[in-house]
Amino acid sequence: MVEDPLRVLVVDDEAPARRRLRELLDDCAGAMPLAIVGEAANGREAMEILHAVTSDLVLTDIHMPEMDGLELARHLLKLQPPPVVIFTTAFHEHALQAFDVHAVDYLMKPVRMQRLLAALQKVPRLKPLTAAKLDELPASARRFLSVTERSRVVLVPIDEIVYLKAELKYITIRTAQREFLLEESLTRLEEEFGARFIRVHRNCLVAKDAIRGFERCVGDEGDAHWEVVLNGVNETLPVSRRQQYVVREIGRENQ
Amino acid sequence: MPTMCRIQAEFERMATVCRRHEACIRLPYMRPIIRQNPDLPALPDFRNLGTVLRILVAVNGAAVIAAIVEAPRPELWPGHLLDNLSVLEPQLMLQLALLYAISPWLARQPYATGAWIVAGMTVACTLAVNALIDATHIVKGGDLLRELVLGLFLCGALLYYFRLRAKALSPAVAEARLQALQARIRPHFLFNSITAVLSLVRSDPRRAEGALEDMADLFRVLMRDNRELTRLENEVELCRQYLALEKLRLGERLQIEWHLNSMPGDALVPPLVLQPLLENAVYHGIEPSSAPGVVSINIFFKSGDVHAILRNPYQANGGRHHAGNKMAIANVRERLALHFDAEGSLESKVVGNAYEVHLRMPYRPSTSTVAEPPVPQPAAGDDMQKPPADAGNGTKRPPADSGDVPVRFAAVVRKVSHG
Repeated sequence: MVEDPLRVLVVDDEAPARRRLRELLDDCAGAMPLAIVGEAANGREAMEILHAVTSDLVLTDIHMPEMDGLELARHLLKLQPPPVVIFTTAFHEHALQAFDVHAVDYLMKPVRMQRLLAALQKVPRLKPLTAAKLDELPASARRFLSVTERSRVVLVPIDEIVYLKAELKYITIRTAQREFLLEESLTRLEEEFGARFIRVHRNCLVAKDAIRGFERCVGDEGDAHWEVVLNGVNETLPVSRRQQYVVREIGRENQ
Repeated sequence: MPTMCRIQAEFERMATVCRRHEACIRLPYMRPIIRQNPDLPALPDFRNLGTVLRILVAVNGAAVIAAIVEAPRPELWPGHLLDNLSVLEPQLMLQLALLYAISPWLARQPYATGAWIVAGMTVACTLAVNALIDATHIVKGGDLLRELVLGLFLCGALLYYFRLRAKALSPAVAEARLQALQARIRPHFLFNSITAVLSLVRSDPRRAEGALEDMADLFRVLMRDNRELTRLENEVELCRQYLALEKLRLGERLQIEWHLNSMPGDALVPPLVLQPLLENAVYHGIEPSSAPGVVSINIFFKSGDVHAILRNPYQANGGRHHAGNKMAIANVRERLALHFDAEGSLESKVVGNAYEVHLRMPYRPSTSTVAEPPVPQPAAGDDMQKPPADAGNGTKRPPADSGDVPVRFAAVVRKVSHG
């Protein structure tokens, strides 16, 4: 019986590095069945390619523009089934200590054929990374949130988000165009993107850039509260009594 | 192709060795640091603006203090000060002019000899100015003995100060060099470049050869003792080779613009003064973006100084650790201070969506016509090396503005007489 080939996606922002990996994978193809399903210059491109094709293994550089390898690994977890990720990097050992500690697989550049082959042969036995493991790695804040829609993973750029609102099990992501549903904790998102968003209510984070101003509203029972007026979205969001100081703070910043 | 695979395997082995023994790569730098102490102390460079300013401030300050101490009442301070200065200033100017003239010769003497010569000059200048005053009676002469004692005291104190200063700065030399080492070439550049060369070995062996030669030249400079100044054109050539390697990795993403029309190629500059700044420009300005970006290098001559302006796209949310950037800039700034004191400067700022580094160094032409590595010399004189008369940036020929910067005049004249 002929084994199914291992489907590999190569991700690196430097064309020569991709070409080199391709050569090495060709060399390895003699020893085991392999298929290169695509090449991407950054994480975002990789996610796009994976809309159309399935891969068992993603070989990705760590430092890349637009979306780096660590962020890509997080978004890959949303795929069913998630591919195995092996990082390739030119950074030297002490930068990779965290990877060793958490047994995250990586290959150092320049990659040697024997090492690559050994890693490839290990893939069927490797489990995909877990979110917990990835959290331990020294990553910078994500640039996208990924949501699953009709079994596809859609990327929502953080810059385009107007607000994030927790509702029952989900978080609603609101952009100027539409809404998305995300399964994550608002507190964690606040920790990660605290510089960009501000909490106006127990269940709501608003992008500071999207705040046009505040309105004083009087409710049915005569109790007054503030509401956030937004740029680009024709909605207002209530500011809770506890977060009222935000009104003054943002007002000061905008002066 | 077995040979090529062999070559690639050798490279991979080389990279592994480099990674394991980074300490060994550093070793050659350590030696000069330990050895350099016996070379000190040295007399200050009397042609340096910083030195001259320090002397002027100290001596005139002493004159003010002397006037305050001598005069019985505050109303008399100005009178006493004027009396002091009328004798002191001619002496000071005479001595500074003499020191300026013999500075290069003085620098070659052992420290003790040099110090005695400077002290002797103080005595000679005092006697000469006194004789002149006695003969002409232009101003009221002072007490000769008092002037001699005070003059020698000031001379001693200043020499001691400059010696302390040289000592204080010398650990900085060592420190700066060590730091430079860590900041200089980012290891990821080396390993990414090796990967890029490996990718060319099969498809484009000739380009691979060229890239390896560039790498060899770059590392030759990185690994040598870089205390001596080098010709600006050598540094620029090094930058070209470095950028060629980056271009190999980054392809169209890296666009380079050179503006060197009025660059004085023979100016002496600290080695690796531009390369680390360009490395920063690529690392912070080009690598974080997948869109093409321009790194521009503009080197020109203006009012006796060599200016270099480096620009790269500013990535506000690049997210790269800006500490590394500051370290490289602080490092270059420190080396400029060590070599040129107040005459060199480095400023960085964000202009619109570009990050700009502006370097200023005094124009000190190289006296040797032999560049190292040899640079082809034009057959007819050294026209090529002179800054063109009026090529952009309001550049002037050095002699044209000799009036406003007398300190540099002699150097410039010497340069012109060579040609």
